[in-house]
Amino acid sequence: MIRPNAPVTALLLSIALVACSKKPPKELPPAPEGTGQEVIDNGGADSGAAVPGSQADFVASVASDTIYFDTDRYNVDAADGATLQSQAQWLARYPGKRVTIEGHADERGTRDYNLALGERRANAARTYLIGLGVGAELIQTVSFGKERPVALGSDESSWARNRRAVTVTVQ
Amino acid sequence: MPRKSLFLLAVTFATPLAAQQATVPPSTVEQAGGLTGSVSDESEWQDLGIAIPGFATDRDVATPAGQSTALGRQLGEVITADLRNNGLFKPTGPGSLPGIAYTDVTAPQFGVWSGRGADMLVHGYVRAGGNGQLTVGCYLYDVALGQELARQGYVVAPSEWRRAAHKCADMVYSRLSGENPFFDSKIAYIAETGPKNRRVKRLAIMDSDGANHRFITNGQATALTPRYSPDYKSLLYLSYVQGNPRIYVYDIGSGQQRLVTQSRNPTFAPRWSPDGRSILYSMAVGGNTDVYRVSASGGESRRLTSDPGIDVGGSYSPDGSKIVFESDRSGGQQCYVMDADGSNQRRISFAGGRCATPEWSPRGDQIAFTNASNFKIAVMSPSGGSVRVLTDGWQDEAPTWSPNGRIIQFFRTERGSGKAGLWQVDLTGRNLRRLQTPVDASDPAWGPVLP
Repeated sequence: MIRPNAPVTALLLSIALVACSKKPPKELPPAPEGTGQEVIDNGGADSGAAVPGSQADFVASVASDTIYFDTDRYNVDAADGATLQSQAQWLARYPGKRVTIEGHADERGTRDYNLALGERRANAARTYLIGLGVGAELIQTVSFGKERPVALGSDESSWARNRRAVTVTVQ
Repeated sequence: MPRKSLFLLAVTFATPLAAQQATVPPSTVEQAGGLTGSVSDESEWQDLGIAIPGFATDRDVATPAGQSTALGRQLGEVITADLRNNGLFKPTGPGSLPGIAYTDVTAPQFGVWSGRGADMLVHGYVRAGGNGQLTVGCYLYDVALGQELARQGYVVAPSEWRRAAHKCADMVYSRLSGENPFFDSKIAYIAETGPKNRRVKRLAIMDSDGANHRFITNGQATALTPRYSPDYKSLLYLSYVQGNPRIYVYDIGSGQQRLVTQSRNPTFAPRWSPDGRSILYSMAVGGNTDVYRVSASGGESRRLTSDPGIDVGGSYSPDGSKIVFESDRSGGQQCYVMDADGSNQRRISFAGGRCATPEWSPRGDQIAFTNASNFKIAVMSPSGGSVRVLTDGWQDEAPTWSPNGRIIQFFRTERGSGKAGLWQVDLTGRNLRRLQTPVDASDPAWGPVLP
């Protein structure tokens, strides 16, 4: 459920975050294909350029492409709401831009349940984005359950990083 | 490819012993305290010594499965491995036993075998028939009594000679344990390779002893959670081949596959009904997962659960009247039973810890499940009582029953590396072993005994 105050808080947070983000540089490298995991390095003076509306631009512009969940949970908290708000703002600049939200679970769950849980998490993020005005028809979901961890350890910190929903732009 | 049939043959040439067939109880077993079906008895008869020399042949001829003399030895080796690998007996195979003459098959030299400390003796023969088929005879003797306990004969295509060995092992196992057979069966599973964050997962099948291994999919799309149909003609499994996880029905003969249901929603956790006519699957709609049933021939699906929790999986009781499934409607994962039409849903697991992946025993008397709080495999009664924990790995998951409901396979994942392998354990929890697979393995699904 979306709490009435959450988007307001999220908006304030995201404004601050957006203000900190880099402006698109002049030089434009090709946009990476595929998932949002291949983040380009924006650290150099003349590097980090991204085509407006590309996946690289999305990753560089939003607070994060990923929100995180507690064990077995799928609620979107205030920090997640801020992240999704920044995603919604970026999407508002590119009408018709489609995204896929990937839902994931950590390895400490049974396979089938984790598929269901990943679907739940992806849909929680989707519902939140729709509440922020993103068109429902623009957001697809896919659950990977525990099949695609980003953190490879078998410890609490790794599991926390793997319980996530990742927004990926469809290019 | 149509499966060739294996014919049970009435063995006829052993006339002197025919009158005694199956009339003499296995004395050694009886002395051990009787086999009442209680699992606590297994330690008493698992020390039973069984001598299994190579099978004899009437004449050494070439067959498509090799020279018949060599084949006789291989038959003995397969039977020995079957009986040994399950920790049930102490078999001795052809490698450390003298060979036997063709005439010994029906007239064993009991003195020789009692001198070697054998309690039981398996003899057999293999003959190449004029029709290109092989005939295999299998005899079980009680050495102390000097009497035959059981016999069977099989006519098999040379390519299926191992099935004759499995049938023979099944006969020995059944006669000595009082349990139903299970060796002549197959396993579907997921073969795993590659790094933890990009595991390549392929659908694979093999015989119950790991032989005749075959990859079904090439690994380009992640495959998960296969289930053999009861007639072994098709497989249900999950594939990401079209991006979203969905269940396909794969026809082994033609290599063709179709979606289990025409829906864009993700579907997972496929299961067959015991008669193979119905398929259970779980489908997420708007993030909410429920259990559905559809005819194996297609058509409209029927939704069996409808609460806001995750309802997933499902395993039929052997008579098809009930389904045990998993739900987190009360908070965490717990096991529930419903009637086959979805009515009368009630929670059965209250023993503490999360109850996941419940699987009804083919005998109907037990439900195996994953304790998803500590990741051990356990069994309980169908009403949720008498919980017994059988394994102690870091992460054990997804039990599947042997066809006779005496052994459970599951997969065990290593902490850190995430590498997984197939394991099996009997109902005592004492006989635990890893199954050999060409690469890492998960999601085992054991099919029924072949006809």
